[in-house]
Amino acid sequence: MSTIKMRSKESNGVVTVKALIKHPMETGQRKNKKTGDLIPAHYIQEVHSKANGKDVITIYWGPAVSKNPYLTFKYKGNKGDNLEISWVDNQGNKDSKTGKVK
Amino acid sequence: MNRRNFIKNSMLFAGTLAAVPSVIFTNKAYAAWPKKSFDIKDLKDSINSVYGHNNLEESSKVKLKAPSIAENGAIVPINVSTTIDNVESIMIFVENNPQPLSSGYQLTELAEPAIGTRLKMGKTSNVMAAVKSGNKVFTSTKEVKVTIGGCGG
Repeated sequence: MSTIKMRSKESNGVVTVKALIKHPMETGQRKNKKTGDLIPAHYIQEVHSKANGKDVITIYWGPAVSKNPYLTFKYKGNKGDNLEISWVDNQGNKDSKTGKVK
Repeated sequence: MNRRNFIKNSMLFAGTLAAVPSVIFTNKAYAAWPKKSFDIKDLKDSINSVYGHNNLEESSKVKLKAPSIAENGAIVPINVSTTIDNVESIMIFVENNPQPLSSGYQLTELAEPAIGTRLKMGKTSNVMAAVKSGNKVFTSTKEVKVTIGGCGG
C-alpha cells in the first residue's frame, strides 16, 4: 500500500494539491523510555512533485516536520493532469504516487 | 597585470568559490538535501547558510498563517502564501527549535507561492516565513505559544 494519500482539485486554472504521507519523522533526539537509548533519526528529506512530467515543486524537510506529514501546495494546471508526488528519507527509503487532477 | 592586482583578483576569485556552496541551495538546480543548513543551531547562521547573507526585509505581502497558541507542539499547522512575483523559494524557520530551519520549498514557474505543512515545536518561539524573489528575501514573523512541547518522549 502506498504511504502517500493525495487529493488534487482544479479551480480557475490553479490546482490545489493536498497530501498526507505516512512516516514516523523521528528526530534522532528522542529516547526510548525503557532502555534510555536514542531512537535513530528517520525522517523524509525530500519531496518532489511533477505535473505531466514537468517539475512543480521540490521540498526539503528537516526533522522538525510533524509525524505523518501533511503538505499542501498550488500550481498552474488543468483537470486531468498526471500529478506525481515522490519522497526520499534519510535512510534511503522512497515511495511515489501518481494520480489524475480532478 | 602587476603582482598586487593579481593577488587581489585571485583572492576575490577564491572568495566567490567559497561563497558558492551556500548559494547552491537558493539556486533553481535540484541540489541534494542541504544537510549543513539543516544542522545549524543558530537562527542567524542558519539564514546566512541558506541565502548567503542576512539582509531580510519584513513585508506585509508575505502572509504567514500560524496559531497564536498551539495546544500540541507536535502538530503546529503553518501556511505561507504571498502576492510577491517570481518567488523562487519559501523557507520556514522556527527560532527556538534545536535546528531553526524546519523546511524549504523550491518553486518552479508552474508553482503558485502558497504552501502549507505541519511542524513540531519544542517550546514557544517565533516562526518566520522567508520568501525569496530575485536577490531579495521578504519575511513575516509570528510568535506561536506552545503549551505542550512536541519534542519530548
